[in-house]
Amino acid sequence: MTAIAMPAPDSAVMAKRAEIVKALQAIVPGEGVIHDETEMRPYETDALTAYRQMPLIVVLPETVEQVAKVLRYCHDNDVKVVPRGAGTSLSGGALPLADGVLMSMMKFNQVLDIDFDNRAVVVQPGVTNLGITRAVEHEGFYYAPDPSSQIACSIGGNIAENSGGVHCLKYGLTTNNVLGIEMVLITGEVIRLGGKHLDSEGYDLLGLMTGSEGLLGVVTEVTVRILQKPETARALLIGFPTSEDGGRCVADIIAAGIIPGGMEMMDKPAIHAAEAFVNAGYPLDVEALLIVELDGPEAEVDYLIDRVEQIAKANKAGHLRISTSEEERMTFWAGRKAAFPAVGRISPDYLCMDGTIPRKELPKVLARMRELGEKHGLGVANVFHAGDGNLHPLILYDANKPGELAAAEAFGADILRLCVEVGGVLTGEHGVGIEKRDLMPDMFSEEDLKQQQRVKCAFDDKHLLNPGKVFPVLHRCAELGKMHVHKGKLPFPDIPRF
Amino acid sequence: MEATLKPRDTRETCDAIQWAAAEERPLEIVGSRSKEALGRPVQTAHVLDLSGLSGVVAYEPEELVLTVKAGTPIADVEQLVASRGQEFSFEPMDYGPLLGRPAGQGTVGGVLAANLSGPRRIKAGAARDHILGMEAVSGRGEVFNSGGKVVKNVTGYDLPRALCGSWGTLAVATTVTLKVNPAAETSATFVIEGLDDQNAVEAMCMAMGSSAEVSAAAHLPGGLDGERPRTLLRLEGFESSVNYRLESLGKTLSGFGKAADVGHEETTILWKDIRDCKPVASGTEPVWRLSVAPTAGAKLVAALRETFPLDAYYDWSGGLVWLKSLDGALWDGEIRQAVADCGGGHATLVRADASLRSTVSVFQPQATPLAALAKRLKQQFDPKGILNPGRMIVGV
Repeated sequence: MTAIAMPAPDSAVMAKRAEIVKALQAIVPGEGVIHDETEMRPYETDALTAYRQMPLIVVLPETVEQVAKVLRYCHDNDVKVVPRGAGTSLSGGALPLADGVLMSMMKFNQVLDIDFDNRAVVVQPGVTNLGITRAVEHEGFYYAPDPSSQIACSIGGNIAENSGGVHCLKYGLTTNNVLGIEMVLITGEVIRLGGKHLDSEGYDLLGLMTGSEGLLGVVTEVTVRILQKPETARALLIGFPTSEDGGRCVADIIAAGIIPGGMEMMDKPAIHAAEAFVNAGYPLDVEALLIVELDGPEAEVDYLIDRVEQIAKANKAGHLRISTSEEERMTFWAGRKAAFPAVGRISPDYLCMDGTIPRKELPKVLARMRELGEKHGLGVANVFHAGDGNLHPLILYDANKPGELAAAEAFGADILRLCVEVGGVLTGEHGVGIEKRDLMPDMFSEEDLKQQQRVKCAFDDKHLLNPGKVFPVLHRCAELGKMHVHKGKLPFPDIPRF
Repeated sequence: MEATLKPRDTRETCDAIQWAAAEERPLEIVGSRSKEALGRPVQTAHVLDLSGLSGVVAYEPEELVLTVKAGTPIADVEQLVASRGQEFSFEPMDYGPLLGRPAGQGTVGGVLAANLSGPRRIKAGAARDHILGMEAVSGRGEVFNSGGKVVKNVTGYDLPRALCGSWGTLAVATTVTLKVNPAAETSATFVIEGLDDQNAVEAMCMAMGSSAEVSAAAHLPGGLDGERPRTLLRLEGFESSVNYRLESLGKTLSGFGKAADVGHEETTILWKDIRDCKPVASGTEPVWRLSVAPTAGAKLVAALRETFPLDAYYDWSGGLVWLKSLDGALWDGEIRQAVADCGGGHATLVRADASLRSTVSVFQPQATPLAALAKRLKQQFDPKGILNPGRMIVGV
């Protein structure tokens, strides 16, 4: 089917399937254990739909105790576990394993504590990202990170992926907005990290857990920081004759000390696709379109709108509109927010990539990307979180045409290598998962990857949690643990000492 | 043989650590020794002095990114970014005045190793929220890179963040990349006088929950110099915005009594004093740093006041309590019990004689599975226990 191989299933575990089902049923009663093929079908993929795999068994625990018992059982019996939230991962983070239990956390769907005085909310991991905002918006509060899947994605999944969104230049990623978690290790031990207070008393394991893609533990409770909604928000819609002009405008805005709430750029193919889809009034004769949203107190927003307008004009903005109403602001965003489905309309299939580059490299990267597109015979449309350099190239292909998926994947890999080459990274917010797993050696050396795997060994030395994701090669922890010392060989003759 | 090893680059740092690992000779890791009196004392024959790893590798203001060698003095780096109208949003505090050392010392590596922050912690985070990537050497003597040089990155585990606050016990950073932000055009402080602790915390929480974008909230029960209690709320940004928000804050907090404003210059000095513990810095009595939920701060202090004589003040809207024991005793058991009773958090003994710091838990003791996990992490990165052994916890 596709190039990315998963670890060979353990036939001994597969042969014990009936026994495992029975053991899990003893822990999670009723309908919490799914082993019928039809009922398991919805779990065979996440939002990286090119990859599908039926799990061995699906389990939906409802209590922390059940999670702990299931994990402990799997640990003791060498059964792999793939944790899953809402299944919206774009990198295949929740792709099941043929010999693994898929643990869905979606029955953990309660908001446990809303504490406005401490600006903290405690929720179970299956609560959706938007569900948190919904629970507090009557008092004017919201939860800041807003991945585009926020209506569906779970906060537990957000922690696994360290999700971002269009507002993260100003308000941070998940990791900057999570105060604490309760989690279960593969051994079944329950630990709490953080809470309504700040900073860690020991190692920052909360920081390590955030973005660990389900490889270190299963989150069972989350405490997040909520913020008061900005008093107002207004946006500018700015068209540029070249992407260089757009890029320079972004740099000048930041150089002026302005950190917009959102700053999004689209290239010509993305503009045209979006406009054809939602009629947002986007200009079609520009090479780059920038949406700059300023939020905060009214006096500040009015002042900054003027400043940004001047900066845009100084950078050859050919088209410039400023929102004068909430409705107009939403229209500006409508095209950008619908960019993915809009591209879906002009192409039977598309692959959404997620690299980050130093912003100044944007014109060069776009030009090289066009060349790469010609080489692979595929088109590409770009949306770009311009403030933080996070680029989402959408590669257009048709899965029904033989070889096009493979070509699209090869094109995508070339784009991500290009991101690394110009000083950027493989993924800004979608995670490595299986999708970018085999590209990890393009960004990290063997030595770099070993250190990351040592973290894994401290949490899960049997490699039972979500194996096959993130790391291209799984080294046994016993092998990684060996010290290669050069005894007596290094008397450090050259190091100054006193 | 005792030696201070002063490597000049990553290669030499790696050589020194490989030697120490092979010979099983523990190393005390130091930069400028500005925080030597904080944490459990490390007793090793050998010292690894990183102050030779100094200098800016790359600074790109328009990318909001700065890469420096870990031994670079933080004061130099702050000056550099200030020259381009930028700053570290996390406002790293200077422990010098509290620990009886000159102000303005410390290295970038030390700021990260101690995960420093300041009053803006409640809005902008700590050092751990601004680290983007690092090159480091593990206790195995392996050089590795982690993270990146862009502000948005989820490629692989977030090791740079985890190494913040690890006090040099897992790996030695050699080069680090940090996020910088534009410095505010101006600032002002909204001051309410005469509130008791409980009312002050209520006022601060109300202000933090408003749309006034308060960037710091502190309460000084005895002012800065033993005057009347002062509750302070800092606003930063463009001038028109700060003025507008001062007015809106006045309306929000009108129920808490008369208020006054303090301008930019005085605000800068005031918050530096709060950041660097001026209200409890004098003398040599033990000082504790307590992190709890904001609403718990005042209750915690009230409970402890019944037990022993103390001076305390609040930052982070009440969630950070700096507490001085006036009778010279540590009161560690009582303090940690009180933190647990008020909903949890942690207590760190930030000032005490070395003899005391080696006998009590300086950092908050952890529950068994968590402590075991921390030990396993230490074992993975520093199996021979040669990096700052025992600096945080005995055996780690």
